[in-house]
Amino acid sequence: MKITVNMNGAERSAEAEPRTLLVDFIRTKLGMTGTHIGCDTSNCGACTVLLDGRPVKSCTVLAVQAEGRNVTTVEGLATGGKLHPIQEGFHAEHGLQCGFCTPGMMLVGAALIESNPHPTEDEIRWGISGNICRCTGYMNIVKAIQHAAAANAAEKTAGVA
Amino acid sequence: MAVDTTEAAEAARQAMGGIGVSLARKEDARFIHGQGHYVDDVVLPGMLHMVVVRSPHAHARIRGIDSSAAMAIPGVIAVVTGELLAQHKLAWMPTLSGDTQAVLATDKVRFQGQEVACVIAETKYIAEDAAALVSVDYEPLQAVTTPQQALEPGAPVIRDEKEGKTDNKIYHWEAGDAAATDAAFARAAKVVKLSTYYPRCHPSPLETCGCVADLDPVTGNATIYMTSQAPHAHRTLFAIVAGLPEEKIRIISPDLGGGFGNKVPIYPGYVVATAASLLIGRPVKWVEDRTENLISTGFARDYYMDGEMALDENGKFIGLRAHLLSDNGAFFADAQPTKFKAGLFHIVTGSYDIPAAHIVADGAYTNKAPGGVAYRCSFRVTEASYLIERLVENIAVELGQDPVTTRLNNFIPPEAFPYHSAAGFDYDSGDYPRAMRVALDMLGYDELRKEQAEKRARGELMGIGVASFTEVVGAGKGKDYDIAGLRMFDSAELRIHPTGKGILKLGVKSQGQGHETTFAQIVAEELGIPASDIEVREGDTDNTPFGLGTYASRSTPVGGAATAVVARKLRDKGKLIAAHLFEADVADIEFDHGKYSVKGSPDNVKTIQDIAFAAYTNLPEGLEAGLEGVTYYDPPNMTFPFGTYMVVVDIDKGTGQVKVRRMVAVDDCGVRINPMIVEGQIHGGLTEGFGIAFMELITFDDEGNCIGSNFMDYLIPTAWETPRFELGATVTPSPHHPIGAKGVGESATVGSPAAYVNAVIDALSHLGITNIDMPVTSDKVWAALRSKGVTE
Amino acid sequence: MFPAAFDYTAPGALDEVLSLLRQHGDDAKVLAGGQSLIPLLKLRFAAPVIVIDIGRVGGLEGIRRENGHVRIGARTRHRDVESASDLRGTLDVLLDAAPLISDPLIRNMGTVGGSICHADPAGDWGAVMLAVGAEFVVRSAGGERVLPAAGFFEGPFTTGLHSDEVMTEIRIPVGTGRSGGTYLKLERKIGDFASVATAVHVVLGGDGRITSAGIGLCAVGAQSIKATAAEAALVGQAPSDEVIAEAARLAGEAAEPKADIRGSAEYKRDVARVFVQRGLHTAINRAQGATA
Repeated sequence: MKITVNMNGAERSAEAEPRTLLVDFIRTKLGMTGTHIGCDTSNCGACTVLLDGRPVKSCTVLAVQAEGRNVTTVEGLATGGKLHPIQEGFHAEHGLQCGFCTPGMMLVGAALIESNPHPTEDEIRWGISGNICRCTGYMNIVKAIQHAAAANAAEKTAGVA
Repeated sequence: MAVDTTEAAEAARQAMGGIGVSLARKEDARFIHGQGHYVDDVVLPGMLHMVVVRSPHAHARIRGIDSSAAMAIPGVIAVVTGELLAQHKLAWMPTLSGDTQAVLATDKVRFQGQEVACVIAETKYIAEDAAALVSVDYEPLQAVTTPQQALEPGAPVIRDEKEGKTDNKIYHWEAGDAAATDAAFARAAKVVKLSTYYPRCHPSPLETCGCVADLDPVTGNATIYMTSQAPHAHRTLFAIVAGLPEEKIRIISPDLGGGFGNKVPIYPGYVVATAASLLIGRPVKWVEDRTENLISTGFARDYYMDGEMALDENGKFIGLRAHLLSDNGAFFADAQPTKFKAGLFHIVTGSYDIPAAHIVADGAYTNKAPGGVAYRCSFRVTEASYLIERLVENIAVELGQDPVTTRLNNFIPPEAFPYHSAAGFDYDSGDYPRAMRVALDMLGYDELRKEQAEKRARGELMGIGVASFTEVVGAGKGKDYDIAGLRMFDSAELRIHPTGKGILKLGVKSQGQGHETTFAQIVAEELGIPASDIEVREGDTDNTPFGLGTYASRSTPVGGAATAVVARKLRDKGKLIAAHLFEADVADIEFDHGKYSVKGSPDNVKTIQDIAFAAYTNLPEGLEAGLEGVTYYDPPNMTFPFGTYMVVVDIDKGTGQVKVRRMVAVDDCGVRINPMIVEGQIHGGLTEGFGIAFMELITFDDEGNCIGSNFMDYLIPTAWETPRFELGATVTPSPHHPIGAKGVGESATVGSPAAYVNAVIDALSHLGITNIDMPVTSDKVWAALRSKGVTE
Repeated sequence: MFPAAFDYTAPGALDEVLSLLRQHGDDAKVLAGGQSLIPLLKLRFAAPVIVIDIGRVGGLEGIRRENGHVRIGARTRHRDVESASDLRGTLDVLLDAAPLISDPLIRNMGTVGGSICHADPAGDWGAVMLAVGAEFVVRSAGGERVLPAAGFFEGPFTTGLHSDEVMTEIRIPVGTGRSGGTYLKLERKIGDFASVATAVHVVLGGDGRITSAGIGLCAVGAQSIKATAAEAALVGQAPSDEVIAEAARLAGEAAEPKADIRGSAEYKRDVARVFVQRGLHTAINRAQGATA
């Protein structure tokens, strides 16, 4: 069947069986490899994408469930060559080492600060508790998200001023 | 030379990105854009997909394999079995420990999850469908699930394919001095013992293992994209195992999603994918799933340890004995230096001045996946460090002493370095009391002991755990350290271009440790070329010098040394060029962070960029053009990072749950190239240690069924459980390392498990509880409390 | 790792779903959030001929109060219960349980009804629904039934739902009277299933005595368990440490745990007791602090 999704703001289609997982649709059919596969029991979150703005595990969603809906992957974070504050935060605070969990972490972080502009450390740790990182011990990921939240807040203040 | 500490000088230092600067990582750009290039991202024209059919039984004879239903599915190209491989003499392959391992099972399967057949098809989904239809006729046999069981007389012989093999023994190995140790025990005033089991756990990097094997049928060139921490070593071994000409093999280890030792062994999937590509003439991709990774690839630990310490009447350690029994699984495939069957376990004397030590190690086969040396272990140093630090805790309890006092009384004193240990190591440098004092101060130790006493009086359970580890990394000196015969030197090749920028190629291979930044920083420090102008390359055997790769924290001690040495070679060639440009004597040329001048005229400067340009345009007579060199560094010794970790826990009497309230980690890894990256490595290791201490476990039932073979049961801590670490540092440089650095990648995984467990024991020892084996789960704590009549 | 092949349809109307279910029976599986079904499909523990996606059917989501009930559309996501803060003081136990279900990503997709119908003995909603005395509205092509939570959970992954029925709504009675509740979960890490969990919901009368008590136990039996003897021991009583301790003891005895990697049966039973004890203290404190 033909499946059409709104991928990072642009309509993309491909033929796929109904059983095709969204993560495989993204990686294999659409050729976008920024979304990763880390496990086979829906536990690790490496496959996280935003579905209509909400973080979900794309390995536990059928591609066909995303038909006609908005999907955001890591490739959609930067706009017009400008980094998203979450990307800047991860770079500034050494929030990544091997980079494998990073796309998922950044998407969750971006969605988190969108809905909660001033998250506490507890709220951040709770918010990313569906995403496993083996390298960083999470300390700098928390800082990266805090950095992004602060940058967002500063920009909004500047905008208002 | 006085260091200029003005703001301007500091700003210049930061801009240069030399040693000590917390430079933001150069490699981040591709990862934050989702443009990391991992093995599963590789797509080649005509590429096929391979799925492995695995044994559901831990031990069984194979009566027959029927692939007809699988082959009937459209899109299936081939089903490879052991029988087919045997025709090409590929059914068995050598391991890194001198044993053999089945590539695909022929006579028997020897562990649950063992590779039995491989399906190659047009898509991953078709291959998976077909794999479910491969029918194997098994005759189950009795499974051997512990090494104790394996060594019992009459136990089923697992490796009966070896001629004359009538038992499950693998090796017997000893270190230290039995006679001196026996004498120490004979005159001891007190002996304290600890029997403990370090459970089977798994490195479980977030990216599983895999490869894309592309054998060009016309040219015979083999390009293998592979999750490899040691691409050069793997290439040489592939040439030997597969009989492919070595110069035609190119291994490309691209971006790796973590390694932690899991990507050092050669797995059957790599071999079959390569053979299949050769036979079919198309690229073949094999990427395992998580269950396969946990059930069949190189696990870690699974080590039974009996330790005992002899003490004199003053509580000083006079002798240490350790007897070890290792569960190596069905094939002895440890990735460790060949001369050391127990890795570097003989570092077990740790931070302590112990005049006599004797270590006896035995290894046994069981019906489980092969492995043992992995997961940031520094070659079994995790096990050794755990044993000594747990034993010292129990000694403190028996002596009625504060565990800090016991340690301070027995530390190797700072003036004793370099220190020759009773088990044969020469520790390069250390200041253990200093790290201890920093930790005590950061934690507020005395106040917490007061709090503990108050809580104890009210029946509340709170513990403070201490671990003061010394570990050993930097393998290693060629005459002592080799893997599969390849000496463990490492290499660096540096070329500076006419425009003054450079490219550094390394024999090591990052899996996230930030080499593209830290190694550029070494060059920046040595040559004065900004780190941003040094491009670092690793992982492609076609364009990097031969090296043994990255594991056991060896990159900085060995590869980092090679980098400093080769940079100094170029610096010195630069002096010849500078002398020519200044028309001065080379003996009068001075060099300071990228600036050449003549003695006495410091303001008349030629920069390294000027020199680089001249290397191609304006040379003295008789000097070869170019500014390039390669160094193969043979380290004179290992390095010995150390530290003191302290953990505070509170225990819920009703449920047995342990909550880590604080975790202070003071590390000394010598000179820190990039403090931010060093701290990141420590955060990661402390988290792995936390996982190992409290939740990570692979275990087996009586039939050899693997429990812990997926992420529902193999538990990796999330950001919510993981403690918030407080880091401190001391710096005691390594005297023999060119830049004084020791390496740090594994220190936290080595040192922290004992700190966590000691905290739990410290909370409970007043009740008479002196050991709980890892993982210290809530039910075990509850059972220990109940056994002493403690309830909520 | 990937599902076996199946046919797929996503009707826009419930009637069409019901008629397809009647037609296909056990060959069909209903897909709501997919967070229980898709993992099963990937492991090939389930291999339906056809998957019927109810994601496009309207009217199955939302939380509202009506006629003395809180009504939760069956396809309401766990996340939406988590953020329904106006349930605080009325159905504390739901608000305490929702954030503990799996992890935040799963909660963004998984549904309350889907989880209840899946009936994993370690699924959190089962114990909660037993504690609050919920009713489940289920429909087939032949009509509608209302099934009380008590008795709905028959065994592991087995409920009173017929193969041609779809759950449309969960109804929870919320009368007058001061209520309080809580959910306590022992899990080895976030995202793990419960080792033991308990749901407690009490209502106090004007005289301070307990007028109703609901206690649901999770992960300590072949299905979610309603601790009826413990509940009965509370009704009509004035709350006290002794009354609570006795109810907790009875709740522990109602548990039928199995030993496994998470712990011995004795351990799980005792944690159930401890949790009910703690839960009742919290629930009663909350009820006492509440206004009717």
